[in-house]
Amino acid sequence: MKGLFIISGLGILAMLAEIFKFKKALFPIVLVGVLGAYAINFTEWNQNFNLPMFSNMIRFDNVAIAFSGVILATAFFWFILANDYFEKDHITDHFALVLFALVGALMLTAFSNMTTLFLGIEILSIPMYVLAASRKRDLASNEAGFKYLIMGSFASGFLLFGIALIYGATGSFDIMAIRAFISQHGTDLPAFFYAGVLLVLVAMLFKVSAAPFHFWAPDVYEGSPTVITALMSTIVKTAAFAAFMRLFLVTFGGVNETWSMVLAVVIALSLVISNITAATQQSVKRMLAYSSISHAAFMLMAILANNRGMASVSSILYYSLAYSIGSIAAFTVVYTVSKHEEGSSNIEAFNGLAKRHPLMAVCMTVAMLSLAGIPITSGFFAKYFVFSLLIGTSFKWLIILAILTSAVGVYYYFKVIIAMYFKTPEKHDAIVIDSSHVVLLILTTLFTIALGIVPNYVVEIFG
Amino acid sequence: MLVGLLIIVPLIAGLLVFGTKGKASKNIALGLSVVEFLLSLIVFFQFKHNPSNSNLVLNCSWVESLGIHFAVGIDALSMLLVLLTTFLVPLIILSSFKNDYEKPNSFYGLILIMQMALVGVFTANDGFLFYVFWELALIPIYFICLLWGGENRGAITFKFFVYTLLGSLFMLVGLIYVYSHTGFETGIKSWAIADLYQAGKAMDINQQSFVFWCIFLAFGIKMPIFPLHTWQPNTYVNAPTQGTMLLSGIMLKMGTFGLIKWLLPLTPLALEKWGGLAIGLSVFGIIYASLVAIVQKDYKRLIAYSSIAHVGLIAAGILSCTQQGIQGGVMQMLAHGVNVVGLFLIADILLRHTGTREIDKLGGIRSMNGNFALLFLIVMLGSVALPLTNGFVGEFLLINGIYQYNAWIAAFAGLTVILGAVYMLRSYQGIMLGERKDSAIAFGALASSDKWILYIICLTIIAFGVYPKPLNELAEEGTRLIMLNLK
Repeated sequence: MKGLFIISGLGILAMLAEIFKFKKALFPIVLVGVLGAYAINFTEWNQNFNLPMFSNMIRFDNVAIAFSGVILATAFFWFILANDYFEKDHITDHFALVLFALVGALMLTAFSNMTTLFLGIEILSIPMYVLAASRKRDLASNEAGFKYLIMGSFASGFLLFGIALIYGATGSFDIMAIRAFISQHGTDLPAFFYAGVLLVLVAMLFKVSAAPFHFWAPDVYEGSPTVITALMSTIVKTAAFAAFMRLFLVTFGGVNETWSMVLAVVIALSLVISNITAATQQSVKRMLAYSSISHAAFMLMAILANNRGMASVSSILYYSLAYSIGSIAAFTVVYTVSKHEEGSSNIEAFNGLAKRHPLMAVCMTVAMLSLAGIPITSGFFAKYFVFSLLIGTSFKWLIILAILTSAVGVYYYFKVIIAMYFKTPEKHDAIVIDSSHVVLLILTTLFTIALGIVPNYVVEIFG
Repeated sequence: MLVGLLIIVPLIAGLLVFGTKGKASKNIALGLSVVEFLLSLIVFFQFKHNPSNSNLVLNCSWVESLGIHFAVGIDALSMLLVLLTTFLVPLIILSSFKNDYEKPNSFYGLILIMQMALVGVFTANDGFLFYVFWELALIPIYFICLLWGGENRGAITFKFFVYTLLGSLFMLVGLIYVYSHTGFETGIKSWAIADLYQAGKAMDINQQSFVFWCIFLAFGIKMPIFPLHTWQPNTYVNAPTQGTMLLSGIMLKMGTFGLIKWLLPLTPLALEKWGGLAIGLSVFGIIYASLVAIVQKDYKRLIAYSSIAHVGLIAAGILSCTQQGIQGGVMQMLAHGVNVVGLFLIADILLRHTGTREIDKLGGIRSMNGNFALLFLIVMLGSVALPLTNGFVGEFLLINGIYQYNAWIAAFAGLTVILGAVYMLRSYQGIMLGERKDSAIAFGALASSDKWILYIICLTIIAFGVYPKPLNELAEEGTRLIMLNLK
């Protein structure tokens, strides 16, 4: 809870910086602030006196704290990655927008009422619409922002409609009250309640960009500035999954027959469409956008195995952490390379990177191996936990499908590796990389491997 | 503790070698791999002295809540394969002394890290750990083939990687499936091999069949068995010689070893139902690969196909589930590992001295270098399993074991003896004997490193052909333990 206050405070401070002229000092302040929020967030671990707050609108239980931890840690890494995004114009605006998006993300981990859920999603999304369009002279960026806004509003409409129907059926916005209502009136719930659940499901699938609701994602990811793409595919995704999980494991866990088959089909579609489309991409950034859909499908698989209680939660936690860290590393390399190549992130831009900058090539290799799910990186354990959750259910066919599409995944991740080590570059000039990015790359790479060697510290966090 | 050292030493050695520069890398790598070999000899003598020595097992908890342990241990079977690995790796490193690779530190570092993974695969007593090492072994060899391979290596190594990865993911699913059936009595799930055996045997025939095919796919691709072999010839030919040696000498044995330790005892019922089909595929592969080998022009490609034929026989013997079959499979794994490294070295020597590996363009080398002709002859005879060479014991036991399973299949499998002799002798004749071709004229004395490797290999071939008892005893003991678990 205090983490949420700190980030909100930082957001307001960022807006004041324009007036009181301490723009230059803002970056270190924010960095320290995020780190402080991360540390203070964990002092509330197991401190049950914090719950619930604001007339039961928000509850920072251990699950919320753990997911907030993932979001804040990723945010810290992200700020290092994005340091020169805050150097040109609109510095304070950018800071404020990102920080308020973080506020929304943290709310999504901890909502205990449908209204807080809606508020969280809007607080997260509205800054993201602006940030996607923040390269304001670039047509693609404007298109991205516009597309994101239209699609996002559409999904918010679905969400609101769904919430209204559920309220009509159960008479409550409180997620625990809805849960209790479902278990009391197991079979005689009105039909429009189920319609409400499905509308909420569709809205959430929009937000996590699962197929067939994914059409906005690749254009938005490619058009936005690279650092904003990194923000969308890590922090926004983690927050959306935290909310998704709480909704469908806790609130709607009792009516899982309604949504589990729909979800299974969505997962299957996402796996097939995303992997096959990713394999045909020439731009690494766009490839990562499609691959993020496939990772979303994996995390949805953990939600699908809804009879496993905390095991599902900890596996989603681990997956989002592993994926966020791996993505940050990959985006750092993509960002540096595309800056060097005048904005192009085509696969040819990576040719011969191993010779031009060995450290970047090694870190990118580890990131690709992790995203592809090769041991002993964290990505492997993430997939392993999902498989072992799902193998006891009736959805074994999804595992087989996931394996087959993973092989396709290896194709496009390794295309990058092959280009880096094997292809000869057109230019041989050395690539300049910011020294803070070097630190970031080393940190995320070590983190990826460490998380793969000792996964128990994360998966056993809930005891 | 000793067994832990066996895994850690190559890892540290690999990391050390990464930090070296230039020519020093190969010497340091060679020295450290010899240290590892000596260490494995110490383990061997300790094991002979007292098989239940506590130095030979290591069990620490890794992810306790999921029942994953870092459990490794030496038994008769793993002892043999660890010895094979630690014996071959120094030879493989030595064989590269005449090649000047770019970035030698990465090259040798990767070989040593791969050795770590291989020793891990052979000693793992925990299903999860086994899988992790299995996959870890793939990464270094992928980069070795990709960075130092021949032309068109990008596409070829990629095919190799996707094939093996796909197989191993299915194996992971099979193992997780067995794992999810463990602990019905205690309620605690476990990856320990004994628990997996127990859970596997308790499953019904349909469940076992699912597990059998999932896991068999992985091993079948790794060996490879017909029709999963299509990645193999191109990969072997295009990989650098050392990569080919690692792939065929040691990595291939991961598949056959896996069959014995990680498949037979898990799914005995499924084996009764599907074993015949699997053996049929293996035996078909023997004949198919032998016939293809006969018409090969490139000597390295010929050895690649001969390797498919040999491994088909090993797999058929193991899948027959008889004492002789499995024991013969183990013996043949050792013999094949040594012989095939020798053959690939010979192919490399031919290329370096004459500039070609095409059998048609070679001829009459014996008249230029009689010493080399003799060494080549011994390795070749070991490979066709002449009595008094190391290949004989295993092949005899294998055919004997398959005969107990089914006489007709044994008759077809026995064709390998004849066909093997055909392609091996013909190629030897074409390369070494006959009229001296232009390419042979420049064939001078062998480099001392090549000579030493061939001496060591030939000595091993003869020594264990004449006196196979120490290895055979271990193989028998290891097989006996597996047979106990099959009942």
